[in-house]
Amino acid sequence: MISKTAKHTLKAFGAATALSMTLATGAFADGHGAVKVGMITTLTGGGAGLGVDIRDGFMLAVEQSGNTNIEVVIEDDQRKPDVAVQLSDKMIQSEKVDILTGIVWSNLALAVVPSATAQGKFYLSPNAGPTQLAGKGCHENYFNVAWQNDNLHEAAGAHAKATGYANSFILAPNYPAGQDALTGYKRYYDGALAGEVYTKLGQTDYAAEIAQIRASGADSVFFFLPGGMGISFLKQYADSGIELPVVGPAFSFDQGILQAVGDAALGVQNTSQWNKDIDNAANKAFVETFQAAYGRLPSLYASQGFDTANLILSAMAKADVKDQDAFRAALKEADFASVRGDFKFGNNQHPIQNIYVREVIKEGDVYTNKIISTALTNHQDVYAAECGLN
Amino acid sequence: MIAERHLNAIILAILVVIPAYAVIADEPFTITLATKAVILALAGVGLNFALGQGGLVSFGHAAYFGIGGYAMGILASHAQSYTPLMEVPFVIEGTNSMPVIWLVAVISGGLLALLIGALSLRTQGVYFIMVTLAFGQMLYYFAISWPAYGGEDGLSIYVRNQFPGLNTLVPIQFFGLCFAILLIVLFIVNRLNKSPFGLALMGAHQNEERAKTVGIDVYKMRLVAFAISGAITALAGALFADLNRFVSPVMFDWHTSGQIMVFIILGGVARLFGPIVGASLYILLEHFLGGVSEYWQIYLGAILFFMVLFAKGGIIGRLSKKEQTHGG
Amino acid sequence: MSTLLLIEQVLNGLQFGVMLFLMAAGLTLIFGVMGLINLAHGSLYMIGAFAAAAVAGWTGSFVLALMASLMAAALFGALIELTVIRRLYARDHLDQVLATFALILIFSEATRWTFGSFPLFLDTPDWLSGTVMLPGGIQYSLYRLAIIIIGLIVAAGLFLLISKTRVGMRIRAGENDREMIGALGVDISVLYTMVFALGAALAGLSGALVGAIQSVEVGMGEPVLILAFVVIVIGGIGSIKGALAGAILVGLTDTLGRTVLPVVFSTFMEASAATSVGSALASMLIYILMAGVLIFKPTGLFGSA
Repeated sequence: MISKTAKHTLKAFGAATALSMTLATGAFADGHGAVKVGMITTLTGGGAGLGVDIRDGFMLAVEQSGNTNIEVVIEDDQRKPDVAVQLSDKMIQSEKVDILTGIVWSNLALAVVPSATAQGKFYLSPNAGPTQLAGKGCHENYFNVAWQNDNLHEAAGAHAKATGYANSFILAPNYPAGQDALTGYKRYYDGALAGEVYTKLGQTDYAAEIAQIRASGADSVFFFLPGGMGISFLKQYADSGIELPVVGPAFSFDQGILQAVGDAALGVQNTSQWNKDIDNAANKAFVETFQAAYGRLPSLYASQGFDTANLILSAMAKADVKDQDAFRAALKEADFASVRGDFKFGNNQHPIQNIYVREVIKEGDVYTNKIISTALTNHQDVYAAECGLN
Repeated sequence: MIAERHLNAIILAILVVIPAYAVIADEPFTITLATKAVILALAGVGLNFALGQGGLVSFGHAAYFGIGGYAMGILASHAQSYTPLMEVPFVIEGTNSMPVIWLVAVISGGLLALLIGALSLRTQGVYFIMVTLAFGQMLYYFAISWPAYGGEDGLSIYVRNQFPGLNTLVPIQFFGLCFAILLIVLFIVNRLNKSPFGLALMGAHQNEERAKTVGIDVYKMRLVAFAISGAITALAGALFADLNRFVSPVMFDWHTSGQIMVFIILGGVARLFGPIVGASLYILLEHFLGGVSEYWQIYLGAILFFMVLFAKGGIIGRLSKKEQTHGG
Repeated sequence: MSTLLLIEQVLNGLQFGVMLFLMAAGLTLIFGVMGLINLAHGSLYMIGAFAAAAVAGWTGSFVLALMASLMAAALFGALIELTVIRRLYARDHLDQVLATFALILIFSEATRWTFGSFPLFLDTPDWLSGTVMLPGGIQYSLYRLAIIIIGLIVAAGLFLLISKTRVGMRIRAGENDREMIGALGVDISVLYTMVFALGAALAGLSGALVGAIQSVEVGMGEPVLILAFVVIVIGGIGSIKGALAGAILVGLTDTLGRTVLPVVFSTFMEASAATSVGSALASMLIYILMAGVLIFKPTGLFGSA
């Protein structure tokens, strides 16, 4: 639950940003170097927490930079792909933005990114990294600042292998990202499979699957169930008395939802490219200032929003966005202090980065993660080879 | 209070003037919004034929909207990748020609409605509402988990499909095309409503027993009306997919069915222009309230709610003097 | 698949069904007595879960949390019945659908405004967590067993209420002939408020019970709402008995479909494809069941024309 003061800040902030948050636009009378960013993200409904975090992380970086040449327009996609497409049309046609960003979900990104980049806009992804855009479908104006969708699952597979698990039970929802998750896990895990189950998207009761796990003779469980699905699964799994170790990507163990899972998540190992205890100055400052500004600990999504904004700011310092080639080159250098430490782009403009294994712990009253090992070092996605960029 | 005929003329005039103004003012997004309104209105016109004229309250018209969308998505994606749709027993190629896509959408929407209608029309009242919802949900889950055409990710078509003589990527030309289709469909539906078939349909809606005693096969008549209704909504679905250059299972979602229904109730059930007013108003609200607050859906909900309570018969019902029956 | 696993899955299906029954009972009562299609029933489920999470957070007591969920949902139910819902009874189903759809938008976003965008925490109490050993060596969740028992108690209570008490008599009378009961001098508006609040309380209770093993978040009511509608339509709208039968049928179909279908498909398909196709079909299964029931019994299993 969010504390009162935090809620207050959020509300005030929400009111200010609702339609179009214009941060000191007066300074670029000569038009040199000004950048207009269109942020399309999910701010209403069940998935709003992720979009709110991305927005808050992004805006924090913008505010901290004191750069008056950046203007951000924020719109709510309601997690509907058709709404996202129309908002991107609006951003491009009416708002005439230079850069688009903000989308949380892969299916929405797939709807928006190809047409945005085809219309000569930059798109910087702060969260989704669908396979289609990483390989043959990569584009010189598309940058992914988070991860390729498979990455965290691959790291989970690598971790399972390193730990010596030999008989995993794996499950994910029956939709493309779920299928990618299981593929990603199996790419690095080479033991046997005690079971492979696709659940219904949005399913909230996992009694049947848990019974299968119990009967399967597995030695470990891997799951990818984003959002409320993961909360439900973890609570029910903890309640079932099964003691098998669980691994998964960070999404079900992130700051925003950990408090809702509670003790059921304690000790679970999950994979992430960021955590609040990564030891570098940028990250320390980020965690502190985020907490001061919003009254809650930052999440993975907030860190990605923060990095995305800083990437844009770093490119703005080097080139004018109207000179696309120069600006693109500046983005590609990734010359900013990422909160995850070392960060660079591969040829397909997706991150090459370390992916860590975290464990859920309790600090006082707050559930959070601490890094216990590195699953993959300087990891790049497998699709990069198919991408024609270099 | 003015005559409904005059009101309709005013509505059409507004729908033409706004995009025309947008062209002059160079506001292409306004044209996009107007196009969206026209397309969703068309979907509403389809449902309104079954719901208003026939009294068949379908809570599953997303099924036909989605089928139309996927007709476009599947054909255009095969054209885009130069792979045939099927090779056995005969070769079917994809296409990016709008007229062909529309034809496929109308036929598949009509056939699907024929199938669903044949089963659903055995029930009545709330059961009919719910069984149509069930069929819509079936297709929704099927579309999500069927990997061949993108599953939940949907399908992106990078370039809008083509219509002879037009550049459909120019917003105002695509608007004109959709608007022309809406006018043609309105004309046809208006003729249908006044034909013996339409009158008998309305008659059976008001008094089923009487219709039966004069020898009308009510089931068969309703089935035909339901198929026509599904075909029109499928056409709208194909256009909507082309507007976004994208299709996804969301088109099959029950929220979509609910929205199409909302357009009709807002505008006025069984009014020819009801869906047009309803869809336009809904889009305006969505567009402007979205800027008011992060919690804009509270306002949207409140406005919709008061509309139901205080504007019985919809907006056209409020504004025009001609009384029309409002069955349900 | 072993027999033991199958028995456990049947229990799981039963538990899922009982939970659906708590939702569906209120929905079907409200429809039966007042003729109202209430899409906002899912919002009352959500309100119950949020109230329980809030109270559990303050007091740490699960029992108090359950009581809070009952009371909050009943209060909210009575409040909206008195202020807005009663204006809808005389309207046709279309107006009811739109108005209660609007209420969903208001409730969801108002909840998010009050509690924030992140899911809340609600857990099973210590004395109900863990598992018990059932005869035959089945290890089963104590909490799920408790849900089955609570659900069956509520079902029995509802049957008694409706068949043995004065209020129940009026409810039955109201279902049969709405004008008649008014003519008999029964204060019908009080009866309506009571029925609505009762239905709301049941929805709130099931929201709280389920919230402890699922996620308490905005929008949690919608998938359950659709399922509850499927249940009451299969059972026959207005019939409590039908709601119970429908709920258990849907619970069993969904649970067994999910686990059995992939196994069946894997007998003649490659494993990975079988899981995918089997679970795709499983997600459509309850809708297929519903369409099937209605085609053969157009007014549901226990419905009257």
